Amino acid sequence: MQRRTRGGGGGVMSDRVTLGIDRIKCDGHGVCADLVPELIELDDWGYPIIRPDAIPKSVLPHAKRAVSGCPTLALRLQALASHR
Amino acid sequence: MSDQLLWYTTRGAGAVSLVLLSAVVVLGLLARVRFETHGWPRFLSAAVHGDLALMTLVFLVLHIVTAVVDPFTHLGLTALVPFGSSYRTLWLGLGAIAFELLLAIVATSLLRRYIGARVWRGIHWLAYASWPVAVFHGIGTGTDSTALWMIVIDVVCVGAVGVALVWRMVAAPPDPLADERRLAAERASFGAGQ
Amino acid sequence: MSIALLAGPPATLGMESFAEHQHRLGALPKATRALIDSIERSSLRGKGGAGFPVATKWRSVAAQRAGRPVVLANGGEGEPLSRKDRMLMEQRPHLVIDGAVLAAGAVGAGEIVLYVGADHSGAIQAMQRAMTERSASERKRIRLVSSPVRYVSGEETAAVHFVNAGIALPTSIPPRPYERGIDGRPTLVQNVETLAHVALIARFGDEWFRSLGIGDASGTTLVTVGGAVPQTVLIEIPMGLALADAVNAAGGITSDSDAVLLGGYFGGWVESSTAWGLPLDTDPLRQQGYSLGCGVIAVLPSERCGVVETARILAYLAHESARQCGPCTFGLRAISASAGRVAGLASTPGDLEHIQRWAGFLAGRGACRHPDGAAGLLASALRVFADEFEHHAFERRCSVARAVAAAAS
Repeated sequence: MQRRTRGGGGGVMSDRVTLGIDRIKCDGHGVCADLVPELIELDDWGYPIIRPDAIPKSVLPHAKRAVSGCPTLALRLQALASHR
Repeated sequence: MSDQLLWYTTRGAGAVSLVLLSAVVVLGLLARVRFETHGWPRFLSAAVHGDLALMTLVFLVLHIVTAVVDPFTHLGLTALVPFGSSYRTLWLGLGAIAFELLLAIVATSLLRRYIGARVWRGIHWLAYASWPVAVFHGIGTGTDSTALWMIVIDVVCVGAVGVALVWRMVAAPPDPLADERRLAAERASFGAGQ
Repeated sequence: MSIALLAGPPATLGMESFAEHQHRLGALPKATRALIDSIERSSLRGKGGAGFPVATKWRSVAAQRAGRPVVLANGGEGEPLSRKDRMLMEQRPHLVIDGAVLAAGAVGAGEIVLYVGADHSGAIQAMQRAMTERSASERKRIRLVSSPVRYVSGEETAAVHFVNAGIALPTSIPPRPYERGIDGRPTLVQNVETLAHVALIARFGDEWFRSLGIGDASGTTLVTVGGAVPQTVLIEIPMGLALADAVNAAGGITSDSDAVLLGGYFGGWVESSTAWGLPLDTDPLRQQGYSLGCGVIAVLPSERCGVVETARILAYLAHESARQCGPCTFGLRAISASAGRVAGLASTPGDLEHIQRWAGFLAGRGACRHPDGAAGLLASALRVFADEFEHHAFERRCSVARAVAAAAS
């Protein structure tokens, strides 16, 4: 796995979308952290810590893969303004 | 088109489908036990599992089309209806069932975002039925089922899936919160054991 | 000191009947959309803990298109240190029901659910009795629902979840209850004290309500004062009152105190020197980083150790987690275990460091705000009792225990 960069990747922001998560559906599989480590890392118990900022354009395809790759469909893409 | 070509393609595609399907099942089980090494990250199991499932369908379609089109087999499209063919009704029926189950599993997986995780998981369990049904179909109706090379393939496939199944039964990490959730739900309701 | 909600017969006389209620306050005004404007001018804030502007919430519900709204009067009161909701329902059930009826009229709701904790028998009996005194048309569209009393059972999605499915645990958002709640319909979840204030504002006007507060603050609020006071009491105070004045109204402090717990387990510790002068008003407190929450003021007695009390609260919060989200379930449990060891003078190396690190990963990582509350309480404790935490963790001694022992000898 070569692409282990932290901190954002490309400079251009996408249309202000971010990663949202259903914390009840999340079972701590951790596949998301593998697929988009720029945005997600795992805590001591294997649950995701997600960067709340807008997703850079270059990272967006990986974020989309993480969303579809989540075994419990806990992740989603959402507009930046509307978190909680 | 040469009858032999169609015939060999049917049998070959059938054998390849069985190998691919067995790999699909093994990878699915690896994903379930959260298998991971330095060179094989977690998401690979599920990703290759899905890709191979699509490839399995391609070879299955090839297997079915060549069998139906082949004038020597006297098979019509009724073969796709489980137990709808008069030739080797039981064994072909099993094959039809396995194929249709796989179609359902693949279709629901492609549409997973729209049907939700719970419905998807329910249908995905049919995979545990489709693989043995495919194996029996192959053994029961396969022209080459007594040939040594086919027996070797059968043994390797069944062995691999068997090992993976045992691994899943002993080592699959459960939802870490399964018991907790149940306990908390009991305390938060007027169900049994408040 | 102005009182409004608790005006009328004293608490010792129990529930105020419908006849007394009508006689004292007049008939219930008609509920219209214009009431929302009046509530807006009154600056009434929710009394469930979040302090959200009430008119804004009502407008959001009224604007939804997904079916006829429902009003849920939230008397769940899961916060153990708070008494206000159950006592208000016990003494002034008709104020609460009036408020719910008015809210229903204002947002176009056809149905009202009164949500009460099953352990709060006095409140349940009073509300049931009060229901028998209401009109037939009101009785037809109001029902009383009682749920297990747990810390999270008063959370708005938990209340809705209990009404829908019998389990008082929070659910994920979106959708929030105001969008889709009971039976999938827009649901206004409003604390019972808030509704009681509405019942008075509808009769006496928003200007009257504003005038009750001190300075720029509006209205009154109920606070439960406990800890180093003669006894735990419920009092009604004007918003904007200094915390010291509230404590004095509750009987004054019975011992020296270094810290005050403001806002209950969901709030935080304040060093007393700062606390006494704090104005009990939502926005001014928030600007300084504090929260009135559900109006709990608990004065830490000098013979109690803040570290020990904090560990006790954290153990409770960990136990009361809904156990639906990993970060909360495992994070709180680990923090509570470490804090317990530190409090018990048995900490292992790294306990304090772990607590600080794990606390940073709690906020915003659960489906509800339970982990956020715990994180906030812990952060305030680490700040206010910083020295004592170090004594406990690194020197294995408790200053308070020593002082108490010295005083006894």
